[in-house]
Amino acid sequence: MAWISFLAALIPLDGLGHYLHWGVIDISVANFIVILLMIATFVAALLLPFPGRSRRKESK
Amino acid sequence: MSTDIDHQWTTRLRRKVAGKLPPEKLLPDTQPSYVSSWIYVFGVTTMSALAVVIGTGFLLSLRGPQWWHESSVGHFVNSLHLWSVEIFFFAMVVHLWGKFFMGAWRGGRTATWMTGVVTFLASIATAFTGYASQSNFDSQWITTQAKDGINSTGAGAFFNVLNLGQMLMWHIVLLPLAAVILTALHVLLVRIKGVVPPYADKAGEAL
Amino acid sequence: MSKSFRPDVDAPEWKGGHSPYDIIKEGTIALVVVGLLTIILATLFGSPDDHEITLKNWANATPVDFATTAINEMNGTTTTAGYGAPYNTASDGQKLGPLTLAKWAGVRIPVNTERDFVIRPLESLPYNAQLSSALTTWKSASSSQRTTWVNNYTKADAKLAYTNGQVVSTATDAGPVPVFINDLTNMARSGALDTALVSGGNFFSTDYTKPLLFLSDGSYLADLAQKQHLLGSQWGMMNETNSYPGQAWLWLYTFWYQVSPFSTSANADVQVWATMMLLSVIMFLVPVIPGLRALPRKLKVYRLIWREHYRK
Repeated sequence: MAWISFLAALIPLDGLGHYLHWGVIDISVANFIVILLMIATFVAALLLPFPGRSRRKESK
Repeated sequence: MSTDIDHQWTTRLRRKVAGKLPPEKLLPDTQPSYVSSWIYVFGVTTMSALAVVIGTGFLLSLRGPQWWHESSVGHFVNSLHLWSVEIFFFAMVVHLWGKFFMGAWRGGRTATWMTGVVTFLASIATAFTGYASQSNFDSQWITTQAKDGINSTGAGAFFNVLNLGQMLMWHIVLLPLAAVILTALHVLLVRIKGVVPPYADKAGEAL
Repeated sequence: MSKSFRPDVDAPEWKGGHSPYDIIKEGTIALVVVGLLTIILATLFGSPDDHEITLKNWANATPVDFATTAINEMNGTTTTAGYGAPYNTASDGQKLGPLTLAKWAGVRIPVNTERDFVIRPLESLPYNAQLSSALTTWKSASSSQRTTWVNNYTKADAKLAYTNGQVVSTATDAGPVPVFINDLTNMARSGALDTALVSGGNFFSTDYTKPLLFLSDGSYLADLAQKQHLLGSQWGMMNETNSYPGQAWLWLYTFWYQVSPFSTSANADVQVWATMMLLSVIMFLVPVIPGLRALPRKLKVYRLIWREHYRK
């Protein structure tokens, strides 16, 4: 069943993790990236203009 | 003139529901014009992720709990399940931040906020029982560690995280049911009450 | 509106305009986007599945650690042996101030480490004259005699060795205990102990309480966890094996374990749980807590969210 090899991960995260330390904080790079992305997404959601609505409003 | 039919439980329930949640509120075709920000998409994103989590969970259940260890198809389905869970929590947390900064409990929306918080907590419990049900090194470590926390509260006497069968049942039956019911309740409350209006500039002055 | 308007509780009635909104289309798009994103992430990164650890793995990798844990299960010094509720009455367990919550819930999952982890599994082995006579000696001995044997074996446990398929102890006057520890270690090395502890004599079982407790009493599992950065003191609760993201949403729960007074407390678990429950209740009650519920209005992030509305 060679087609199944399609299902193997392209970049499996199977190596030992890397960790970041700042004082008491000790966080895995993977978790750090996830949390950073969450904050970035939140900030982007606040700042990026929402399409469609503004144009309609201007035409009102 | 009120008739016998008016007094029927069924009639009264139907009228109450129809009054609180008429079809145009349940499936609205307009939004107040202040609803114009990307932050509003994270509620529906969370719900969509929940649907994918449940869908991939159904796929995992088709061949039983051992399948994903033995088959590359099963392992891929497990990967789908894991990443949909990551997206689910990701979207839910951004949604929660957004709703906090909107003060989204204002105007009689306290219950909406509260059901959201309980859904968040129930989701954490559901995810935890999933990690406990993996039947691999990770679940061995997680359960033997988590038992101390849960035992210390007394709950461990009834909720034994080292009992794989119990954790799996909670993960695939009881907690998802709770999460789905809570989500439904939360969404219905949003539909009944509508999306919270912006803060008024001067106290109480409608904008 | 009346003067009694409370800006953090009440919301002004919306009298402005409405825009078209297609809730079904929005939901469909979100579902497709999330579905695709899930497939992309799963295809790229897969998911972790490190093989489970058996008592067989443990006893083969570090037979002396296994044998030492086994004698500690008999002398009552392992974590499980001294746990208290819900497994036994060896201690009061953790306390939240004067509250012994675990003890009040009672011993609901009884585990007697000497009986359940050592004697009963040995009894399940096929007949062996030496072991059979050792078990008979044990059963007919007084409780104080048993304690003496176990203590004599324990005294020499720093010098335990595993050579030529045997646990070698320098202990004297330990009665049948050397036979027990040797046979249990070899039973574990064969894999028979895994089965004996899971099934407890039944054909079916989905309850792994006993083998997991025994496994976590040794240092093998914890050593592997430390390499994977999973220990509680390593913020391990939010970590995943290998390089995968873990339960990042447990960051606050994990955080408390790293800082004083929790990090040095004997009652850390119950204290952290109580703290998290209190914080959860506060989060639940945000809408009715003055001060807290005023935060979003004072922080003014809402001005960004509704900037088009306020621009008018």
